[in-house]
Amino acid sequence: MELTEAIILSVLAASTPLLLAATGELVAERSGVLNLGVEGMMIVGAACAFGGAWLTGSIIIGALCGMFAGVLMSLLFAAMALGLAVNQVATGLALTIFGVGLSGLIGARFVGERITPAPHLHIPYVSDIPLIGHILFGEDGFVYLSLALVVAVWWFLYRMRAGLILRACGDNHVSAHALGYPVLKIRMYAVMFGGACAGLAGAYLPLAYTPFFIPGMTAGRGWIALALTVFASWLPGRLVIGAYLFGAVTILQLHAQGAGIGIPSQFMSSLPYLATVIVLVLLSRARTGGSTAPAALGTVFVPDR
Amino acid sequence: MNRNLLGAAAALLIAGSLTSSAVAADKLKVGFIYLGPVGDLGWTYQHELARQALVKELGDKIETTFLENVPEGPDAERAVEQLVRAGNKLIFTTSFGYMDPTLKVAKKYPNVHFEHCSGYKRDNNMATYSARWYQGRYIQGEIAAKMSKAGVLGYIGSFPIPEVVSGINATMIGAQTINPNIKVKIIWVNSWFDPGKEADAAKALLDQGADIIMQHTDSPAAMQIASERGKLAFGQDSEMIKFGPKSQLTSILDTWAPYYIERVKAELDGTWKSGDVWGGLETKMFEMAPYTNMPDDVKKMAEDTQAAITAGKLHPFKCPVVGQDGKEVECKGGDHLEDGQILGMNFYVKGIDDKLPGK
Repeated sequence: MELTEAIILSVLAASTPLLLAATGELVAERSGVLNLGVEGMMIVGAACAFGGAWLTGSIIIGALCGMFAGVLMSLLFAAMALGLAVNQVATGLALTIFGVGLSGLIGARFVGERITPAPHLHIPYVSDIPLIGHILFGEDGFVYLSLALVVAVWWFLYRMRAGLILRACGDNHVSAHALGYPVLKIRMYAVMFGGACAGLAGAYLPLAYTPFFIPGMTAGRGWIALALTVFASWLPGRLVIGAYLFGAVTILQLHAQGAGIGIPSQFMSSLPYLATVIVLVLLSRARTGGSTAPAALGTVFVPDR
Repeated sequence: MNRNLLGAAAALLIAGSLTSSAVAADKLKVGFIYLGPVGDLGWTYQHELARQALVKELGDKIETTFLENVPEGPDAERAVEQLVRAGNKLIFTTSFGYMDPTLKVAKKYPNVHFEHCSGYKRDNNMATYSARWYQGRYIQGEIAAKMSKAGVLGYIGSFPIPEVVSGINATMIGAQTINPNIKVKIIWVNSWFDPGKEADAAKALLDQGADIIMQHTDSPAAMQIASERGKLAFGQDSEMIKFGPKSQLTSILDTWAPYYIERVKAELDGTWKSGDVWGGLETKMFEMAPYTNMPDDVKKMAEDTQAAITAGKLHPFKCPVVGQDGKEVECKGGDHLEDGQILGMNFYVKGIDDKLPGK
């Protein structure tokens, strides 16, 4: 029982940054923008969040700093990819390379410092119920926030007119433009939202997961978040499944190793990726009628004036 | 993908900055290739500290350059070659995975000297150096066995290469001298540096009943988890007591500075020769951090063991060394295993109930 609880708690913690970053990217991609700079926005978010929290002693200010840094990074991307209509793939990659370097510069002052990690929720009695109490009511704020965010994004995309317009921009920007919608402006907001989410995902790492800052600490999580949006076939609900599945396989393989199950660790380490590939194949086989990717994803739009 | 691009971009940047800055021609140029960021607080950080010590000592005669975050594998070759083209005459490549790339570049440029850390391939212009960390692991094993209440150690491994495997074996041999029934749980994270995953591995080990964490990965994440949960742990590569003031028992500290200074001096004198240096406690190639968070008798035992190893009276792999299969390992070095057997170690010793990956 205790071990099950411990495993689930670890899985939730490992999945949360992936879910946060992937949710933001999903919105950006739904508007038709492929931003490969998630890793870069995340790591800058991590550096700024740690800096903010360390200087002020407040986790919330730290998280806000992380989000703000993510937005600034995404604006850089928007200026290039939307404003100047530069190739999105190249711009995104450049943003990641830039972000990794910039975060090292920002974070250099904070390397070796420690902060108190984000507190975990504790409701008297309720949080002490065996198993479910701790899991449902004993997490840090980021975990609840990430799930609330997914629900909000789903509501926005499928229950609100603004969401419909955003999706229209992603599926056919020419039509959306012809109907009089400001495609580039909408895409910019979507990219900014993606930046805020990536910054928050980055912030989660030094504020809650491993409470210190080290350059490169995102260790490729931004790329996994990108893969998850494809995995989820751009649907928010599936994103939750994907993120938790990935987190679960990652943690379970560590436990399997510790328990001495005689499977080569190299194979175990590849399991999360293998699971992702298998689910992707199953999804694409089960799907009827065409791709679910936003039709205008990654294409440059220059309004004719 | 990001790392590859990063390495290439870093190489380009460095190349650009070097060609544009006018460099005094008479200064010896010394290059370094780093695996992680200089601020990793672990492996790369210790190499960087040594480089800084080198500059402090010989700064008026040399000029140093480093490339950080260089991925192991084919990309490293480009980075090494970049340093050669930028005029570096002595190049330190500081990770095992740079072995083949370094050798390849060394063959191409016979007039440039290379120093590769922790590998086994050499050439006339390519020397190797490493530290006998297993000596420190043996001491840690003894301490761990004394301090563990559960009798279960948790070990976070990076990759199942001989250096790491010999560390696990030395730990167990040391631990078995105190508690013959000691158990170890091993988790490989298949990465040198991924703080999140290292933390997850530490959590998994503690959740499964281990009460002492040992690591052969580079970040202080595991130490911090141990600290959060009130358990004990050993640091790695550098001083990690800040991340576990009540948890760190000791740490193996890489101290490369004396070696770097010696080799650069040799290069300046024109006496540089290829070779292999595998130094231990006796040559201060590494040191043990202060023994903390343990009773005085355990501390005394650790200090005595350290003194015995330093004096050459105690060898962690003294014969007989018994493998997992219960058979004694051939004793090629007289009364202890020969260096080659330790450098190529690919078996677990008796008492580890786990399977070595790939065996």
